[in-house]
Amino acid sequence: MVTPAPATPLETRLRELAGAVPDPELPMVSLAELGVLRALRVMAPGRVEVELTPTYTGCPALESMAADVEQVLHDHGIPEVTVRTVLSPPWSTDEISAEGRRKLAESGIAPPGPRAAGGPVAVDLTVRCPHCGSADTKLLSRFSSTSCKALRRCETCREPFDHFKEL
Amino acid sequence: MTAALALGDDALVLSHRLGEWAGHAPVLEEEVALANIALDLLGQARVLLSLVGDEDELAYLREERAFRNVQLVEQPNGDFAHTIARQLYFSTYQQQLYDRLARGDGPFAPLAAKAVKEVAYHRDHAEHWTLRLGDGTAESHERMRRGLEALWRFTGELFEPVEGCEVDWTALHDEWLARITAVLDRATLTVPEGPRRGAWAAGAGRQGVHTEPFGRMLAEMQHLHRSHPGASW
Repeated sequence: MVTPAPATPLETRLRELAGAVPDPELPMVSLAELGVLRALRVMAPGRVEVELTPTYTGCPALESMAADVEQVLHDHGIPEVTVRTVLSPPWSTDEISAEGRRKLAESGIAPPGPRAAGGPVAVDLTVRCPHCGSADTKLLSRFSSTSCKALRRCETCREPFDHFKEL
Repeated sequence: MTAALALGDDALVLSHRLGEWAGHAPVLEEEVALANIALDLLGQARVLLSLVGDEDELAYLREERAFRNVQLVEQPNGDFAHTIARQLYFSTYQQQLYDRLARGDGPFAPLAAKAVKEVAYHRDHAEHWTLRLGDGTAESHERMRRGLEALWRFTGELFEPVEGCEVDWTALHDEWLARITAVLDRATLTVPEGPRRGAWAAGAGRQGVHTEPFGRMLAEMQHLHRSHPGASW
């Protein structure tokens, strides 16, 4: 493996701009907080290559993420932007930053717990209700409003809520 | 790229079948779950088919005989138990196959490493429902049993070696059967005993020979694209 060259000040600044783009389906978190912005390289003056990784292979938000990243870089003087999709290494919920988790919880989405060693499904740790904080919650369905979430209900305040499931 | 086509067509065709549940699922949660599983499979199909050529041309403009999916995934949905039986057989197979591909260094390793985590949820979903239906009421038990029996003869084909997949197919089969047996046992069901393929069948899906319902499924899947070539949203 080739060690990548350290980021130039321009790359650092552009990466901050691209990383600040909000996720189209979870606009409370940015692409950087979600951990899907893998790399940004200035290939030549005015030419930038960006690597994004999808949360799920079929995630329909990826196309608008790429378009939003292109737009923000165009707006900051980069005429030529190429966004590539990379699958490896596979994205995991462990890549969501602490700040990202806090923002999810604040918006009523229970953040993911740590992944189990044996795979994503085996784990069944307590998921706290993002509304009242109760640990007494119940899984209603492994699948919810988007691929990345499960549907749960709080047995204390009776509110249903989304849980960003471990992957 | 025989293997990319085989695995890509499995994902594409099953995705379409699951999508047919939209508006028909027994409860809202299952409507959402089946659509989510279909979306994961569609994402996998897009990556795999793009390794072969233009994804839209491959999905919408190929004739039936050019598809390389196993016959199991093209089988009609039937009732909910029938769909769950299909999901149990296929997601167990796909999870174990992708787990092996992910550990290798072949061209599918990156996709397999990503998809295997998604498929683990599909299998979990199928196993939970198999337990609930099998160990539920007399009616749900009987329907689950019928689904498992009806689809059993399509399971032999899953373990025909696919050119380009460096996998120990015998070990894959044994691991699959062990897992299915364990789940059915817990669900108070038994592993079907009939033949694993139809004696009358003149080949199988991997060779481009498909069952009658597949033609009708393709007609529906492809007709919009064929009627309005190049149309976009």
